[in-house]
Amino acid sequence: MRKWGVTAAACAAVIVGAGLFVTRPRLADPAVLSGLVPDIAQGEQVFHAAGCAACHSAPGAEGEARLVLSGGRRFSTPFGTFVAPNISSDPAHGIGDWTPVDLAGALWHGSSPDRQHYYPAFPYASYVRMAPQDVVSLHAFLMSLPADATPSATHEVGFPFNLRLALGGWKLLFLRSGWIVDGDLSGQQQRGRYLVEALGHCGECHTPRNALGGLILSKWLQGAPNPGGKGRIPGLAPDQLDWSEADIAEYLKSGFTPDYDSAGGEMAEVVLNTAKLSDADRLAIASYLKAIPQSRD
Amino acid sequence: MTKYLSFAAAGLLTVAIVGTSMAQEAKNPAVKARQSLMSLYAFNIGQLGAMAKGEAEYNAEAAAAAASNLATLTQVDQSAMWPAGTDNAADPSSRALPAIWQNFPDVSAKGQALAEAAVAMQAAAGQDLDALKAAMGPLGGACSACHKAYRAPKE
Repeated sequence: MRKWGVTAAACAAVIVGAGLFVTRPRLADPAVLSGLVPDIAQGEQVFHAAGCAACHSAPGAEGEARLVLSGGRRFSTPFGTFVAPNISSDPAHGIGDWTPVDLAGALWHGSSPDRQHYYPAFPYASYVRMAPQDVVSLHAFLMSLPADATPSATHEVGFPFNLRLALGGWKLLFLRSGWIVDGDLSGQQQRGRYLVEALGHCGECHTPRNALGGLILSKWLQGAPNPGGKGRIPGLAPDQLDWSEADIAEYLKSGFTPDYDSAGGEMAEVVLNTAKLSDADRLAIASYLKAIPQSRD
Repeated sequence: MTKYLSFAAAGLLTVAIVGTSMAQEAKNPAVKARQSLMSLYAFNIGQLGAMAKGEAEYNAEAAAAAASNLATLTQVDQSAMWPAGTDNAADPSSRALPAIWQNFPDVSAKGQALAEAAVAMQAAAGQDLDALKAAMGPLGGACSACHKAYRAPKE
């Protein structure tokens, strides 16, 4: 009997060990980035399209201060409160000592250079689609931004969500590369798809999540409860958002809705970023949104 | 019993509808005045926005008129429109956050930024369509900066 128990324990250890091995934090393959030359101006566009400042600038930062990525904004979710870390170019408290490969590991695999899982509050489940050239350019732009020595705060997450090892399982279930909307898209719609599905990470808020915090892809961009509290984040499917493409592009530029109210809530933050994109990119986003599946099928 | 229940449901529905409309209709004249001023901003920005989006044909004269109205509206002295006790906690018809009354210097700086964006639009609107389009961004930014800090989200 005792022998049987030992065998069971050994089996369990092997299974857990295998599980941890399969779900271990992955780093990026340096070969994918080799030979790519950073374009800092392009990196700045990636920075705005990906909305880095919306989370990583200091709480309430305005104007130029949004380029100081000292962290500290708090995001309350059903899993706990996440505090955005310092990703300024400070080598000790930020990411100043990161290589482009380190950044790729964070963006594509949600792993830190020292092989820790990041929480998916950092939207790597979207950034996993970021083009290698954009990663290299973004890295160069981030390194050109000011250093700030504010230490990163700890996330306020309770059991069991404080077990970072379990995030490997989350990734196994929900971290997927590849496009969400497939099929016949024009060149403009494909550009919009890249901006929405990869950089803009729109689905992180506009798509509902299951109990484990994975996006319900069959309801892509169809609206979701607001994790921060009251109200509902609106759906963007063509039958839910009856704005014209020009309306959408104008909203992403100036924040004006079709009745000339201004963007509210988190979208006001988003518009600060999309305002810095080109007209062509904003129209690309709009044309993609008209191509996503309807909410009723 | 069913009849009674549907009666009760109808009653609840009525209460809900009345409750909603009460939450939307401003009674306090100061709240009404400032909301009306916002509507006038929106109407004139709408004239410009329609041209920026290509919904209306660009007309230099009409654009200049709308921009000039807007610039004038931003100069209206609003000091009597924001009396104490008209924040969204005290008056459900308002979305004005109490923080306004604690940060008047910042609120008026943001108002000044809107006035400047309106003046820039005034210079641009009559010039040509590209200039008008370019001025929409900063104008929207000025609206949004204040709303983001001082307006409660829509229910």
